[in-house]
Formats: sequence, structure tokens, C-alpha cells
Amino acid sequence: MTQAWAPSERELERRVARRRLRLRSVAIATVVTMVAFVGLGLVLVTSPGWPRVRETFFDGFHTRASFPDIADAFWLNVKMFLIAEPLILVLGLAIAVARGARSPWLVPVRLLAVGYTDIIRGIPTILLVLLFGFGMPSLRLQGVPNSPFFWATAALVVSYSAYVAEVFRSGIDSIHPSQIASAEALGLGHGQALRFVVVPQAIRRVVPPLLNDFVSLQKDTALASTVGVFEAVFVARDYGNYYFNYTPYVVVALFFVALTIPLARFTDWLQRRYMERERAGAL
Amino acid sequence: MSERFGPVSEAVLEVEGLRKSYGDKVVLDDVDLVVQQHDVICLIGASGSGKSTLLRCLNLLEEIDDGVIRFEGREISDPRVDPREVRSRIGMVFQAYNLFPHLTVLDNCTLAPRRVHGLGKAEAEQRAHDLLEQFGLADKAGAHPDRLSGGQQQRVALVRALCTRPRLLLLDEITAALDPELVGEVLTIVRDLAAQNTTMVLATHEMDFARELATSVCFLHGGRILEQGPPSEIFSNPREERTRQFLRRVL
Repeated sequence: MTQAWAPSERELERRVARRRLRLRSVAIATVVTMVAFVGLGLVLVTSPGWPRVRETFFDGFHTRASFPDIADAFWLNVKMFLIAEPLILVLGLAIAVARGARSPWLVPVRLLAVGYTDIIRGIPTILLVLLFGFGMPSLRLQGVPNSPFFWATAALVVSYSAYVAEVFRSGIDSIHPSQIASAEALGLGHGQALRFVVVPQAIRRVVPPLLNDFVSLQKDTALASTVGVFEAVFVARDYGNYYFNYTPYVVVALFFVALTIPLARFTDWLQRRYMERERAGAL
Repeated sequence: MSERFGPVSEAVLEVEGLRKSYGDKVVLDDVDLVVQQHDVICLIGASGSGKSTLLRCLNLLEEIDDGVIRFEGREISDPRVDPREVRSRIGMVFQAYNLFPHLTVLDNCTLAPRRVHGLGKAEAEQRAHDLLEQFGLADKAGAHPDRLSGGQQQRVALVRALCTRPRLLLLDEITAALDPELVGEVLTIVRDLAAQNTTMVLATHEMDFARELATSVCFLHGGRILEQGPPSEIFSNPREERTRQFLRRVL
């Protein structure tokens, strides 16, 4: 095999054919996409109420006018989210691990964990926010802030940690028992096997469903408005009620989307990095 | 190694009247086995004859239904015995490797020495590096297990078990999941270990290997050790008809 390889006639023909097929599918995709979106746009713009809708929801002046206030208020949503998220992760994981505890000393902890998820998941988040926001300050606990912001965040942490605990638990249960057997064969105890072998693998598996919950959490920070936290949705509603224009709602929606998309890309990137490192070319 | 663990005459492992059942199905029945220091005991027999279950019982991964298991003279089948302490001195390698996919090869090998045996990071890594080097895996230390071939993974699993300096090594059909051309590289390691006088109990389908290395071969059938003896005897002149039938099929 000293002679250099040159593509055969047949191969050259195939390449031409492949290129033609590729061009054809690009052309089809372009045309179909254009038709679909232009069509949707036309349906929207030609609908009888469109001028009225544009005025009330997509007004340039009101966008600019409400933007600074909403941006300020939205920072409160972000802050609530950033404080709640790590707490939820820790609490959720703790509850998930507690549910799997085997020691007889930990039976009460285990029962508490089961009861917690059962009860909390059954209560609508908005009710938890209302109960915490209005109920807790009435207890007049010493050394705890009584602001609605604090208690709304606490309610979100409580509510979401119950969901996240179940996500973690499903991840832990999905790790094959042979992994635990080999950890135990090495002399690791149950807790060590969980900590060094099971939980790290479980976390990687549950990143996508966790992201789902966090997107949901970002949006549910808006529930804090029910107990008088002056966050973005509250501000938008306030503005809308005053000027009879709902453009601020769309502005707030865009803020939430702008927060969600980078988070989604970040977790995709994280997942991909793990896959590249740990899986053999299976991408 | 031996001076640390008392007199050579004492059996490493003694099994008496071991019974194990899953519901109505009796998997091991009245099994007796003695493993002396430097023994290489090969368990042979058809699939389902109880080889793997026996190994799992020895490592306390299964709760037994009757009988006694003594390790270094102490009964370990007593429920008050801490299984972690026993397992920390017995190494086990599984058919399906069971490496930890989220850890690098090096971390797989240092996990138990560091977390169970309390070795420092540097010392544990040194030990792992030495063994990986010895088994031709030095360049794989930083890789994750799924990046390796089956043979390499199984060799890593062996190194992982050896890193804890076990008194007894249990190998559960460690070549059964490998392509024929990869079996050799794993068996070479086991051969080295036998040459270094490692005490081993291994379940295997590699009859040539058993014949070459075993100090004693046990033929299991229906959960019983039907016949036990030196390989020369078992392979050339088996006493039991069942053993003869089995060997005719596999040889």
C-alpha cells in the first residue's frame, strides 16, 4: 500500500449527491421556517384587536418608562433566587439522604423527612408564601428578621427543598447496587459509600431535572408579591394599574427569560463537560 | 507480609456448614472450605452453581442462613462483627469491574486506603502509582474508567483491591466479561499475584488457568462443593461423575 489513496469515481459521485441532498434540506428548512414565522406574525398583526393589544402590551414609551423601576425590583427576585437556591440544594440533599438512612438511631429523622416531603409537596407554594409571610412575623420570634422578604424566601426554600429532595432521591436510587457493593467490599461504611460513591454520581444524573425546578423557582419568586415584597411583578402591576398599560408585564417576562436562558446554557455546558471527561466518546 | 498476621499455620479462612438460600431456593448447602495462607483456591462449576454467592458470603455482602465463617481465627458470621472491619482486610474484584465512573483511576485506587485505612493522600497515591506501574497502567492514572478498555478496567479493579493490602483476595469470574484477547492481560496479573504468594479464592471459567495456578480446585454443583482436590487430581482423575460431565463440556 505505497500508493496514496485517491477517492474512486463512485465516491466522487456520492459526494456530489450528498452535497445536493444537504443543500436541498437547508433550502426546505429555510423556506418552511420563513413561511411559519411570517404566517404567525401576520395572523397576530392582522387580528382585529392587534392595534389595541400593541398599544397596551408593546408600547415603546411605557417600556422605557417602566424599565428602570422593574430592573431595580427584579434585582430583588434575583437576590431571592440566589439566596434560596443553595439553601434548597443543601436541604434537599439532606432530606434525600435522611430518607435513606438505615441506622436505628436515625428512624425519627427518616420519618421527619418522609413527612416533610409528603406534607410540603401537598401545599400550593402560594399558600406557603402567604402562611409564612403573614403567620411567622406574628410569632414575634426573637433574633429572626420579620421582613416579608425574609419569610417569602423561607417559604420558597421550604417548598422547593421538598421537590428537590425527591429529585435527589430518584438520582440516588438510580445508582446501580453493584456500586454500593463494591464500595462496601472496599470496607467503606454506608455513609462513606453514599458520600464518595453514590451521591456524586446521583448529582450528575439529576442536573437536568434540578434545572427544571430552578427555572420554576426563579418564576415563583414572583409569589413574594402576595405578601407585599416589592419585586418585579408587583412593580409591573403597580405601574399597569396606574397608567392602564400592561407593557411592564411583557418587560418583566423578558427579564425572567433573560435569567433562565443563561442558566440552561450553563447546565448544558456543565453536563457536557462531565460527559466528555467521564464517558468514552459517547457523545 | 506474614509476620504481621501471626503464625503461618493458622488458616486464613475457614467455612463450616455454610448455607444460603433466597426464599425457597437453596443456593449454598453445607459448604466447607479451608483457605490456608498462600493458597489459590479455584471455584469451578456451571453458572448458578453458587460460586459467586459463596464469594459474596465470604465478604459478608450476603447474610448467611447457617454455618460459620472464620477469618484469621475469628468468627465473622457473628452479626455483632463489624463487616467494614472484615472487608477492609479482604479484597474483592467483581465480574463487571464496578469501578466508580465519576472518579479517575487514581482516585478509585486511593479511595479506600485514604477513607478506610487512614492513609495520607501522598502515601496512598504513591502506593497506587507503584501498583499501576507494576501492572502497566501508569499512563492511565488520570483517566476516568469508561475511557479504558475492558481489560484495562479489570486490571484497575485489581489494583484498586490490592491498594488496601488485603490479607485475602476474592476474584469473582473477573475475566468473564472480557473479550478473549483481553483475558490474557488480566490473567497475567493474577499469575503474578500467585507467584507473590497472595492468598486467593477465585471463581473462574478458565480451566487451563485453574489447572496451572490452583493449589486446590473446588467443583461446585447445586450449591455444594461436590469435589475438592489438587488440580492434577480434579482435572485428570475426577472422582465424581458430575465433575466428569462438567469437565467434558468445558475442556
